[in-house]
Amino acid sequence: MKSNKIKISSKNLNVYYGQKQALFNVNLDLHEKEVTALIGPSGCGKSTFIRCINRMNDVIDICKVEGTIKIDEVDINSKKIDVVQLREKVGMVFQKPNPFPKSIYDNIAYAPTIHGIAQNKNDMDQLVENCLKKAALWNEVKDRLNEPGTSLSGGQQQRLCIARAISVNPEVILMDEPCSALDPIATAKIEELIDELRGTYTIVIVTHSMAQAVRVSQKTGFFHLGKLIEFGTTEKIFKNPSNNMTQDYITGRFG
Amino acid sequence: MTKEERIKQRHKAEKRFRFYGILSISVAVLFVFILVQNIFSKGSSAFYRTVIKTEVFFDKELLELGENPSIQELQSLDLFDLSVSSLLKIYPIDDPEKENELIQMFSPDYEFEIKKYLVKNPDLIGKSAIINLTASDDIDQLNKGNFPRDLPEDMRRVNNFQLEIFDTLVSSNKIDTIFNNYFFTNGDSRDPELAGIGGSLMGSFFTIVICLLLSFPIAILASIYLEEFAPKNKLTDLIEININNLAAVPSIVYGLLGLGILLGFMEFPRSTPLVAGITLSLMTLPRIIIPCRASLKAVPPSIREGALAVGASKFQTVFHHVVPLAMPGTLSGTIIGLAQALGETAPLILIGMVAFVVDVPTSPVDPSASLPVQVYLWSESAERGFVEKTSATIMMLLIFLIVMNFIAVYLRQKFERKWN
Repeated sequence: MKSNKIKISSKNLNVYYGQKQALFNVNLDLHEKEVTALIGPSGCGKSTFIRCINRMNDVIDICKVEGTIKIDEVDINSKKIDVVQLREKVGMVFQKPNPFPKSIYDNIAYAPTIHGIAQNKNDMDQLVENCLKKAALWNEVKDRLNEPGTSLSGGQQQRLCIARAISVNPEVILMDEPCSALDPIATAKIEELIDELRGTYTIVIVTHSMAQAVRVSQKTGFFHLGKLIEFGTTEKIFKNPSNNMTQDYITGRFG
Repeated sequence: MTKEERIKQRHKAEKRFRFYGILSISVAVLFVFILVQNIFSKGSSAFYRTVIKTEVFFDKELLELGENPSIQELQSLDLFDLSVSSLLKIYPIDDPEKENELIQMFSPDYEFEIKKYLVKNPDLIGKSAIINLTASDDIDQLNKGNFPRDLPEDMRRVNNFQLEIFDTLVSSNKIDTIFNNYFFTNGDSRDPELAGIGGSLMGSFFTIVICLLLSFPIAILASIYLEEFAPKNKLTDLIEININNLAAVPSIVYGLLGLGILLGFMEFPRSTPLVAGITLSLMTLPRIIIPCRASLKAVPPSIREGALAVGASKFQTVFHHVVPLAMPGTLSGTIIGLAQALGETAPLILIGMVAFVVDVPTSPVDPSASLPVQVYLWSESAERGFVEKTSATIMMLLIFLIVMNFIAVYLRQKFERKWN
């Protein structure tokens, strides 16, 4: 399988929460317009890793990041980078759907408003419609855009959050176990959606479900105890892993 | 112990607990009921005052007025002789020494009341009118039935002669009970029938407004900064601990602070709502900051993360998402803090708001009383009229507190939004 150009690249990434080290020397290249799945047992550092990509760890006072992460060859931890602009480029979807307690319309319109993306009401209406269509939610909510986002079902809320993430037209979307709070039908819809979004965005998804990783991703990285154990095409990792630990994990012997 | 016994015991324990709960609630409700009933039974009569219907003849010659007198002219009239002669006409008296006893049945403001009536109805000159003149406190209490008539004469404040006049007036329908507007409009007075809470109401109003204007913005900004922006270190921990300590400081200490700094050092005008408002806002600040911070803390972190992840700055996240969600709790915390300030007495006594103030204040720098201090002042007075006024003032204070608390509950329920 031919690889696209490298979008995100981490070099010697070490992350500490106070005294505790959460990531050890992670070197990982993620390719453009691909879905990369990160798997591994709980507490292995995969969420910590993706939170480094949009610097969400800045919020945690005791968190310290060492090493470099480059997006398009630019170090995102450098002082010159404005974190707001970084997050405009790198969207994120969380484990638990967290729509704003506002209307469905405002949930999507909020980010374009603060970034000045839509010029007038018409543009904004169009943008909201496009985002909801891309997130495969438009048909379900087009008649009730003024209802609160929190009134939707769990799966719809998560798709609303994805629509919100793509509303600023990011280049990268990070997904932190986006389906762990959803039922199988909602999960299937999200996975379908991820597949569609792949052509446009670089997607990094953290998941506990190995079946999901196989279904949605082209590359897979396996983390254990803060270390990146193995990284490669999803096919290779699941069919022919080179590391015993990976083998044990994907066959369910531990984790 | 067998399984059955254990189950039985568990059920018994649950029943016992329920019983204790119901018992303690009943005791609390009983006490509240006794308190309210006591205040109402004592205070409700203060909303009425006794008047004596007196015929007054405005003799044109005696008043020495020209045609169409101006209001100033009317106001500068000396109506004393006319008033006294009108009062004396309500009951025939042979003995001139007893005239004074009749006059004492009226409130000392009779001349003022007659003049006020004349200024309102200037066409009465040359005619006579029946005017409701306020009765003295003793007659008022006698009419309201608060007065023990069967005491020996030397032990009551109304003598036999005055009783006789009163009974005659009652039988000729000249005693009436009307709504006591004086209670709401007048300032304090040495005469209970003329004393009102108008002054202290305005005083409390100005005090609370100043307290709100000072403490609300400071408390909101302080709590937002501490909760959302300040780094978590030893210094902020120390500040947090001390805010909690300040909230527990007895209110009289703030009174001392106001006395020492505002009055002693900065020489602000004494007994004014301005000083009271500043002093009370010092007291209220920590009591507002604590619920504000709690409601900011209650906003789930997922909302913050959601906003940050779409590229909202820290400032935008806080002011677009966190603060609106925390608003209901913040507002109700503020209102409850203000309600506490409204009922506060001790610090106001120290900054001189116990002064006897007759005039109703028109600005925050006029000397004035406040509702709780008025309760304190009147509760020390011996006259029966002040006893009912004390209870009536407590009723007013309670009504204001209940209204404020209802607003707090209403705001919290109306604007509370659910998040997942």
